[in-house]
Amino acid sequence: MEALIALVIGVLTAGGVFLALRGQTFPVVLGLTLLSYAVNLFLFVMGRLAIGVPPVISETASGYTDPLPQALVLTAIVISFGMTAFVIVLALKARAELGNDHVDGLEREEDRGA
Amino acid sequence: MNLADHLPILPVVLPLLVGVLLITLRNAPPALQRGASVTATLALLPLALALVQATGDGTHLVYKLGNWEAPYGIVLVADRLAAWMLVTTALLALFALLYALNGADTRGRHFHVLFQLQLFGLNGAFLTGDLFNLFVFFEILLLASYGLLLHGGGRQRVKAGLHYVVINLVGSTLFLFAVGTLYGVTGTLNMADLGVKLAATPPENLALVQSAALLLFGVFALKAALLPLHLWLPAAYAHTSAPVAALFAIMTKVGAYSILRVYSLIAGEAAGPLAGLLDAWLVPVALATLALGMAGALASTSLRQQAAYLMVASIGTLMVAFGLGSTEALAAGLYYLPHTTFAIAALFLLADSIAHGRGEWADRFESGPAMPRTHLVGGLFFAVAIAVAGMPPLAGFLGKVMLLQAAIASPWMLWVWATVLATGLAGVIALARSGSLLFYRTHGAHGVILTPPSNAALAPTLALLALVVGLVVAAGPLSGHAAAIAAQLKAPQHYMDAVLGGTR
Repeated sequence: MEALIALVIGVLTAGGVFLALRGQTFPVVLGLTLLSYAVNLFLFVMGRLAIGVPPVISETASGYTDPLPQALVLTAIVISFGMTAFVIVLALKARAELGNDHVDGLEREEDRGA
Repeated sequence: MNLADHLPILPVVLPLLVGVLLITLRNAPPALQRGASVTATLALLPLALALVQATGDGTHLVYKLGNWEAPYGIVLVADRLAAWMLVTTALLALFALLYALNGADTRGRHFHVLFQLQLFGLNGAFLTGDLFNLFVFFEILLLASYGLLLHGGGRQRVKAGLHYVVINLVGSTLFLFAVGTLYGVTGTLNMADLGVKLAATPPENLALVQSAALLLFGVFALKAALLPLHLWLPAAYAHTSAPVAALFAIMTKVGAYSILRVYSLIAGEAAGPLAGLLDAWLVPVALATLALGMAGALASTSLRQQAAYLMVASIGTLMVAFGLGSTEALAAGLYYLPHTTFAIAALFLLADSIAHGRGEWADRFESGPAMPRTHLVGGLFFAVAIAVAGMPPLAGFLGKVMLLQAAIASPWMLWVWATVLATGLAGVIALARSGSLLFYRTHGAHGVILTPPSNAALAPTLALLALVVGLVVAAGPLSGHAAAIAAQLKAPQHYMDAVLGGTR
């Protein structure tokens, strides 16, 4: 299972980096989202993979999973969710202000004519 | 517990509460919002000075949130370095805010809310003793900075802002990867505990820990705008409003502070296998940043762009000092830090006054009509330029002399001397050229009505200049204090003992 999770994180990261390097804002936003998924999963498995064991103390438990990465992931999810919302609004604003969705805001036709 | 025991958390909580209060006051008259914002910013100064007083004898004030023992709970730690950064931030923020009252704050909504939340993030980043908490405060200060950077809107600002936001989001992701790896190996996020655990890293985990620590360095270098991660800075800072650019003079220093804080704990001389991790990287990268920043300043086409490149150069100088790493070099860097922050902020504020005074010529390096009050503004520009270029008699010169003296004993001596002296000359040439273009090569204004910069706009610049002069007047005690901070950084075991106490 470790290999599978590692593969998933790797593919998500590779896809995220590829998309984040694209020239249009929408793929960039998608890329950032994929990167944040990858890092959330990565943080989660840093507490080691465990199945069917509780994170908090119980009298019947045979072993425990680390609760801290789960708390970290919750924080990271909230932050990345907020950031994604912000960057989408900013990308829309840039689309409206610059007249196109290129990250460098390509020259406008009327600018070129002038 | 009395109130004095809560001193380390007050500079964090105050801007947060005032920021939230200001949201509820969003429909109140502007005077009330401004009053609340200025009062809160002003109140940070005595708090920061009280922390300097309390940490002056080398005490580490450890504040356990929720009274959980470290390393299980999150701690705030105030030491000499944190207090020094807090005072710098409080002074800078006050004058940036006073400048903003000239109208920049009403060009969009929620300026004061964002400003207070920015201070919340900055103060928290300086005080926290937990790596993940540092990430959270970074996100807070970044999110506030996104709002501030874009405040007022405009095409150029949105375009530069988009780059700034995207690159910082990638930086945040890398930060999490590094933090996750460190947690996976050591099982702790408390910076003091991390130092202890990493010193005992078994050889099979060494490569993993080193890559995580270097990844973390990459993230801090991005915040500090070190070469080659500086590309976002000039456009973003040159196109935002002046008070925001002035406040952001401390933002790159957050990156520098984090490098100093984290690596003094995890890669100090007594840190075992990670000791000297950055030695091969920091000085060459910093020297290249310094050279590139000055080249950019020479090639700039407007004063704000030049100020942004001078900021890159100043972070280069600072990181040379931190990279050399000896007690003398750290002291030189720490003494130089407030000087360069105030001087660059003053240059940004003055550039805005000049841009308003020159009307449609703005701050571009083109021959334009003589601006009103040209003698006063020109005189201020001369003084600010001396401060930024690091010429005598101001503190930048003293800081550089201390840095050059500290470099004598290092293997990098030749490179440091050559680069610092050559870029100093380049800085003088760049600023002299801009000064002569803006103030001497003028022609009569035919039918152009120019509005003179008001006293209220020039006063914050003057106040920042007074601070720069104050740094040189009190050079003896202040450089002594900087040396004490450096000595404390070189002895991280006291920090670890204070944080971990009996659990170590």
